[in-house]
Amino acid sequence: MVKHEEVNFARNDQSNTTMIPGRFARAMRTNLIWQFIRFVIINLKMLVVVSKSH
Amino acid sequence: MARVVILGGGVSGHTAATFAAKWLGNSHEVVVVTPNAKWNWIPSNIWVGVGQMSKEEVTFDLDPVYKKAGITYKQAKAVSLNPEGSANETQPFVTIEYTGQGKEGESEEVTYDYVINATGPKLNFGATPGLGEGSQLGEHTVSVCTADHAEHASHKLQESIEKMKKGERQKFLIGTGHGMCTCQGAAFEYIFNVEHEIKKAGVRDMADMKWISNESFLGDFGMGGLHMKVGGYVVSSKIFSESLYAERGVDWMVGAHVSKVEAGSIDYELLDGSTGTENFDFAMLIPPFAGVGLKAYGKDGADITATIFAPNGFMKVDANYAAGTYENWKASDWPRTYQNPSYSNMFACGIAFAPPHIISKPMSSPNGTPINPTPPRTGMPSGIIGKAVAHSVCDLITKGEGAHLHEASMAEMGAACVASAGKGLTTGTAAAMTVFPVVPDFEKYPGTGRDTDYTFGEIGLAGHWIKHILHHLFMYKAQLKPGWTLVPE
Repeated sequence: MVKHEEVNFARNDQSNTTMIPGRFARAMRTNLIWQFIRFVIINLKMLVVVSKSH
Repeated sequence: MARVVILGGGVSGHTAATFAAKWLGNSHEVVVVTPNAKWNWIPSNIWVGVGQMSKEEVTFDLDPVYKKAGITYKQAKAVSLNPEGSANETQPFVTIEYTGQGKEGESEEVTYDYVINATGPKLNFGATPGLGEGSQLGEHTVSVCTADHAEHASHKLQESIEKMKKGERQKFLIGTGHGMCTCQGAAFEYIFNVEHEIKKAGVRDMADMKWISNESFLGDFGMGGLHMKVGGYVVSSKIFSESLYAERGVDWMVGAHVSKVEAGSIDYELLDGSTGTENFDFAMLIPPFAGVGLKAYGKDGADITATIFAPNGFMKVDANYAAGTYENWKASDWPRTYQNPSYSNMFACGIAFAPPHIISKPMSSPNGTPINPTPPRTGMPSGIIGKAVAHSVCDLITKGEGAHLHEASMAEMGAACVASAGKGLTTGTAAAMTVFPVVPDFEKYPGTGRDTDYTFGEIGLAGHWIKHILHHLFMYKAQLKPGWTLVPE
């Protein structure tokens, strides 16, 4: 059986040479606990860039 | 009492006006000339364009806000500048034509001590036959450049979704409508928001989606692409972007100049010189930007537009416009103070300033058609530049002509960018990115042109939350509610 992430590789040559996230990576993108942690980290990183730019 | 006239009330002009009014107080006058009655948080137009926000949620009336700030508000468009005055007027002045406030069509000469040009762009739909007429959107495609356009796009999208629900297959074509467009980021957000909504509607299998862009590679974004830290790797934005397009089943065509738009189809030319036709049922194509067409006249009435403005209509500032070919381009070509070199009481900020050159590598087809993105000057850099220019003008007024001018070079500032890829409190995603600096500096950072410690990106729900919070923060800040100055640009 073809896995979800493997379907689009076969769509065309363009898609065939890319990287497509698997089930775990896709799940983590909307995992509330992990994303809350990323929310804090991304905000801190952005604040550093904002402070360096003013 | 000095008078500062700010032409334009968008992100940059509104930032400049509100800070100038705060810093100058009642001792001096701040005047805003803008043809619009409402302020628009443009990044959220993407969500209006897919029916996830209303037009009212992304706009507010300017009049009460400017009354509160003590800013004189003239709902009018600037027509011309007389930086030396005229035969009848010793003071420099700007000629305006009212678009509202019960004075529609009336002209007025507004004298100034300092003028800040923040007019933003003219949406140049007329550059591509069939895309529109002049600055007006045409009948075959939609746009998300204004809240009204986005609302129209949402209606058209709903019509397509209804057709798919009835079994009619739909082809979506989204991207840029000319070889010299900027703002690929907005189109990038729109195509993934449309894809997200179609999936939510349960008709994704009935939709063929295609991206068309003047970028020479996916992820150029008008910044020559970027290399960012992702998952421990330093990754080109090309790989980052191609991965997302492939994952979401979106085909792409890059290096494309749209040469003609007709009902249901576009003609295009590619960087290799080949031409073709692409059909569509729904198309959102961003128009190229141009200056708003301000004219300038000397004291004797002579046309001095070419002295003040670049050929594309944007205002010349302290940039190096003689950098020559791509090999000679440097980060130091980019302006620092945004002061006009001919008239020291004239500044430009946001999209209105003329960049010294593009950021991406210049390219053209064998037929000589230039196909490359023009530099983005929106969002965070636009706000920071507006604030710096306001600071300079306020210091010139309060400390005298010798005051130090504040600097905000795009080659020395970073930007935080959140590109929505679908809206939803628990199902939404967005690409959260930072880039430092915006304009790559290959002398300082020889590898990628940027500092990879401060240039990163990732896709996830956290990015969507940040984008949503930023929407409310910037709407709050722009309305000058308590503590507004604490929200950074």
